[in-house]
Amino acid sequence: MGKYLLRRLLIAIPSLIGISIVLFTVLALAPGDPFEELATNPNVPPEVRENLRKQFGLDDPIPVRYTRWVTSMAKGDWGFSFASRVDVDKLIKGRLPTTLIIIGSSQLLALLIAIPIGVIAATRPYSIFDQVANTFAFIGFSLPTFFTGILFILFFSIYLDWLPFVYRADIAETGWRFYWEHLKQSIMPVAVLGLFQGASWTRYVRSAVLDVIRLDYVTTARSKGLSEKVVVIKHALRNALIPVVTLVALQMPTIFGGAIVTEQIFRVPGIGSLLISAILANDTPVIMAVTFVFACLVIFFNLLADVLYGWLDPRIAYR
Amino acid sequence: MAGSTPASLTGKGSDPLAPLAPRHYGPWREAWRRFRRHKLAFLGAVLLLLIIGAVVFGPWLWKVPINEIDFAAKLKTPSWSHPLGTDDLGQDLLARMIYGGRISIAVGLAAMAIAIFFGTLVGAVAGYSRGSIDAGLMWLTDLFLSLPQLPLLLLIIYLFRDSLKSIVGPEMGVFILIVVVIGGFRWMPVARLVRAQFLSLREKEFVEAARALGAKPIRVVTRHILPNALGPVIVAGTIDVAAAIIAESTLSFLGLGFPPDIPTWGRLLFDAKDYLDFAPHYALFPGIAIFLTVLSINYLGDGLRDALDPRRVL
Repeated sequence: MGKYLLRRLLIAIPSLIGISIVLFTVLALAPGDPFEELATNPNVPPEVRENLRKQFGLDDPIPVRYTRWVTSMAKGDWGFSFASRVDVDKLIKGRLPTTLIIIGSSQLLALLIAIPIGVIAATRPYSIFDQVANTFAFIGFSLPTFFTGILFILFFSIYLDWLPFVYRADIAETGWRFYWEHLKQSIMPVAVLGLFQGASWTRYVRSAVLDVIRLDYVTTARSKGLSEKVVVIKHALRNALIPVVTLVALQMPTIFGGAIVTEQIFRVPGIGSLLISAILANDTPVIMAVTFVFACLVIFFNLLADVLYGWLDPRIAYR
Repeated sequence: MAGSTPASLTGKGSDPLAPLAPRHYGPWREAWRRFRRHKLAFLGAVLLLLIIGAVVFGPWLWKVPINEIDFAAKLKTPSWSHPLGTDDLGQDLLARMIYGGRISIAVGLAAMAIAIFFGTLVGAVAGYSRGSIDAGLMWLTDLFLSLPQLPLLLLIIYLFRDSLKSIVGPEMGVFILIVVVIGGFRWMPVARLVRAQFLSLREKEFVEAARALGAKPIRVVTRHILPNALGPVIVAGTIDVAAAIIAESTLSFLGLGFPPDIPTWGRLLFDAKDYLDFAPHYALFPGIAIFLTVLSINYLGDGLRDALDPRRVL
C-alpha cells in the first residue's frame, strides 16, 4: 500500500506541473499588464514604470518568468492582494477551512443519499421505488445549483423564515448557541450542494450495483446461505463502488464549480466567493492563487480516490 | 454478462417469447422505434422542441420590445399585458426570456459542436495512431479533466473579455469567448469515448477489409470507423448541450457572462436575486426555463442512450 501510494504521488506531480503551465500560459497570453494602473496614473513617470517592469522581470522570456513564478509559489510567496492589501496566502488560509467544511459535509450528505437509495433501487430494478428515485435523481441533477439555492432561499428564508440566507462569519454568541447558529446557516449551502451531487451519484451507484448484482460471485454468495444484507453490502456494494469512485473523482472539478456558485449565493466567506470578488476587483494575484488552490484540491481529491481504490480493490494496490 | 441491462425502463410491453419479426428495419429506424418506447425521453424531446419553437418563433408572436423601460410597471406580477410579469425596470419578462432563451440555446448548441469536434478529432487521432501520440493525447485529456473548470473559465473570461469586445463588438465577443471556452473544457469525455470505440473498431474485420482494398487511412476513419462510433458521441453531445447551457447560466449568474443588456436566462436570475422577497416571479420564470430545458435534454439523452446502444436487443 505504501509503495502504491508513493507511485500515485509521483504520478500527481506531472499533472500539477501541467496545470501550473496551463495557468501560466493563460496569464501570459492574456492582453493587459499588471502595471496598467500605473500607466494611467499621471503621477508615475514612464522611467519609474520601466524600472518597475525590469525589477519584476516582466520583460524576461516566458520560460524564465514561469520558473520564477513556480519557485516563488512553491516557497509560499504567493504575492500581495491589490484589493485588500494582505498577503495572498494569509487571505486564502483564512478562507479555505470554510470552503472545505462546506464541501466536505455536502459530499457526506451526497453519499448518505446516494448509496442507500442507489442500492435499494438497484436491488429492485423497475419497481415503484426505483422509478420514483430515478425521477427525483433526474430532477436533482437537472436543477442547477444556483436555481436550487434561490428556491431554498425563497422557501426556507422568505416564506417560512426558518433559516438565515446570509452566512455570517462573525457570530457574537458563545457556547452551544454559537454552534447552533453556525449549523443553521450551513444547512442551506450544504443541502444545495449535497442534493445536486447526491442526485447524480444515485444514478452511478444504481447502475454500478445493477452491473454486479447478477454476476456469478454474487449468486454464489447467496447460495452459500448468506443473508441478503451481507450479500448486498459486503459482496455487491464493495465491487460496485470501484467504478463509482472513478466517476466521483472525475466530478471533482464540477463539485468545486458548484461550491463557488453556492458560496456566492449564500455569501459564504470561502475561497469561491473570494475568487468572484477578486475577479470583480481585478485582483490578479488572488485570482491566480485561488485558481491554483482549486487545481491542487482537485489533484488532492483524485489522490484520495486512488487511496480508496486501493482499499476497495486490493489487487490494484499490489499490482 | 449483465452489460445488456437497460439504463432505464423501456419496452415494458415486449414479449421475449413472441416470434421474431420478419421485417427488417434499418439501424436508424430501429433506433427511432426504441426511442419512442422511452416515454419520458419522448416527452422530453417534445418539450424541448416546444421550447426551441417558442424562442425561435416567439418574437413574431410577442412583439413587445425587450428594453422598453416603464417604471410605472416595475416588478409587476404576471398579468394580461405582461404574461410573465416585469423586471426591476418595468421591462417585459416574456420578451426578455424569449430573447435570452435564443442565446442560451445557441450557446449550448455551439459549445456542443466545438466539444464534439475537438473530442472526436483528439479521440480519433489517439485511437487510430496508438503509440506515443495516443499516450500524449490521453495525458492531455486527463490533464484537462483534472483542471478546475469553473475557476479557469472565470479566469479566462476575466483576462480576455475586454480585448475580444474591442475586436468584434460586445455581444459577439462575449458569445465567441463563452462558446469557445465552454466547448474547450467539455471535449475530454467525447475524446475518451471516441478513442475507446476506435480501439475496438480498428481491429474489426470490416475495417481490415477496407484497408485491404487499399483505402487510405482518412477514408477508413471517416467512412468506416466514425459512422460506427457515432452512437455514444450523439448521446454525449446531447448531454453536452445541457451542460453548456448550465455553464453559460452559471457564468451569467455570477455576473461574469453576457453584459447586462443581454438578458440570458442566467443573467435574468442574477438580476432577480436581489428582489426575491417581493418579486419571486422574476427569479422563478427564468429558473424554471433553465430547469425544464436541461431536464428535457437530459431525458432525451437518456432515451438516445437506450435507443442507440447496439448491445440492446428489444
